[in-house]
Amino acid sequence: MTMNTNRHWKRLGVSETKTESLRETYGEELRNMGRTHSNLVVLDADLSSSTKTATFGKEFPDRFFNMGISEQSMVETAAGLALSGKKVFASTFAVFLTRTYEQLRQSICYNNLDVNFVVTHAGITVGEDGATHQIVEDIGIMSGLPNMKVAVPVDSVETKSIIRYLVDQGRGPYYVRLTREKFPVLNDPSYEFRPGKATIMKDGEDITIMGIGVMVSFALQAAEALKSKGIDARVVNMSSIKPIDRKAVIDAARDTGKIVTVEEHSIYNGLGSRVAEIASEEYPVPVRRMGMRDTFGKSGKSWELFDYFHMGVNDMVKFAEACFREEPRNENLS
Amino acid sequence: MEQYNAVDLKNVARNIRRKIIEMVYEAKSGHPGGSLSIADILAVLYFKEMNIDPLEPDDPDRDRFIMSKGHASPGLYATLALRGYFPESLLSGFRKLNSKLEGHVHRGVPGVEASTGSLGQGLGIGVGIALAAKLDHRNYRTYVVIGDGELEEGSVWESLMAGSKYHLNNLIAILDRNGVQLDGYTRDIMPLGNIGRMVESFGWEVLEIDGHDFDQIISALEEAKKATDRPVFILANTVKGKGVSYMENNPKYHGSPPANDDEYKQALEEIGGE
Repeated sequence: MTMNTNRHWKRLGVSETKTESLRETYGEELRNMGRTHSNLVVLDADLSSSTKTATFGKEFPDRFFNMGISEQSMVETAAGLALSGKKVFASTFAVFLTRTYEQLRQSICYNNLDVNFVVTHAGITVGEDGATHQIVEDIGIMSGLPNMKVAVPVDSVETKSIIRYLVDQGRGPYYVRLTREKFPVLNDPSYEFRPGKATIMKDGEDITIMGIGVMVSFALQAAEALKSKGIDARVVNMSSIKPIDRKAVIDAARDTGKIVTVEEHSIYNGLGSRVAEIASEEYPVPVRRMGMRDTFGKSGKSWELFDYFHMGVNDMVKFAEACFREEPRNENLS
Repeated sequence: MEQYNAVDLKNVARNIRRKIIEMVYEAKSGHPGGSLSIADILAVLYFKEMNIDPLEPDDPDRDRFIMSKGHASPGLYATLALRGYFPESLLSGFRKLNSKLEGHVHRGVPGVEASTGSLGQGLGIGVGIALAAKLDHRNYRTYVVIGDGELEEGSVWESLMAGSKYHLNNLIAILDRNGVQLDGYTRDIMPLGNIGRMVESFGWEVLEIDGHDFDQIISALEEAKKATDRPVFILANTVKGKGVSYMENNPKYHGSPPANDDEYKQALEEIGGE
């Protein structure tokens, strides 16, 4: 599971760090929790070898339900199991869960059930499979559902912590967004996820970069580059999208006066939108959002796509510097 | 458990129908047609067949009922009130603010197992509940009422596959085959073909009955209890709006209450009782 420095990430400017798979971590942690929690049941829709729920399914075949390529039925069945007192996890690719929006809305969220949707292959890091599979609007869709909570782990350590939290203390409905690609490991093993709690990865006073997922890794690299330009950037991991850490946003606005958001997602209904809402309501400061702009993804290698969509480390440095120096605004910096 | 004979069940069904009319007329909205068509089935389920106790609504061994066609809320709410889950006086709050009796079936109402209203989801929920019974080695059964227009939702067929795959002999789907949906007759809107043969080919045991004949309803539900390996699908041929002449087979009364006092009085007179 652990890899040494991945040359692809290195190309993006993310250096000297090991990467680990979030979905493999998910499958292993699910299996580990299954050993101590007999109430835990898992569903998948013919993607278990990719989402890694198969790791659980192999050890607990009686508590694992492969519903076939029938996501609607998977979500409804998850509801029935939760209504009967089970702790339910259900997985598929992020893009395919969204076809069950109405099942999520009525059967899961309206009934307010303890079902935890841990989806994989979100965002453009799906890579070669292309636009059909690269969903960049899921956070907005899920955040809009009453009762649904949303988390985007930054690395394998946080993924593991979220799964443990959901099994032991948390309660669905929850949406947890994982990826196909391995991501750099940023947290040390003692890290513990708390809903509604952001994490300052690096403090700074000139500007704050708030990010989710792999963009936090990019932000840490960007912060290094900004330092050489005399800009001291704070980097915050906003993994808990809902509930969101309003205080972290207000602190960033007050302490640094400017905020840049970075996400492997559309800027129109994701992290950037939430941060801008909170800043404008509570402590208005300039907020600039980096991410996908009302567009579909594209086939290509993940690291090529970040460059193609101007979301790489170098783009982020320019973006943050422009915000810091209050250069005239362009609709798109590119 | 109390035992009801066919005559009593007829009285129960008549009372359910009266309440349905009273509720939708008081609310000036709601869905009488598809509630009236399943009144007899609801009477048999709640007053004879299901292992339930309104005083123990959380008993883990209770039979479960899912009203997948959630617009038939007047039918289910009336049945639950008459069965003693909550006072009949609360029925007048149907569809009103500050009442628990939401327009479509709502889990906040005592006796309701799951909120429904958007079609095509209840059978899948039933699959999950039936799977949980197997996991927990409990003997309760799960009953799901679905509408025939609802069969046009593809998700129903996903759940038919799943029920068959997991050999859910503790799951019983009851189809309210009344032939009418909001926009007209199912044969015009979306012909459903030979439903019995289709469902059978998905691996279910199919029993076809007259959904207004108490003896047939009872014997089908008893037969369903003998299932050993397959889930059971009771294809109940019914009449939309059953019991109120101007509502019968009339798409208008899928989602409209009696239009005026005359229609209201006529409906109650034709239903009889009280």
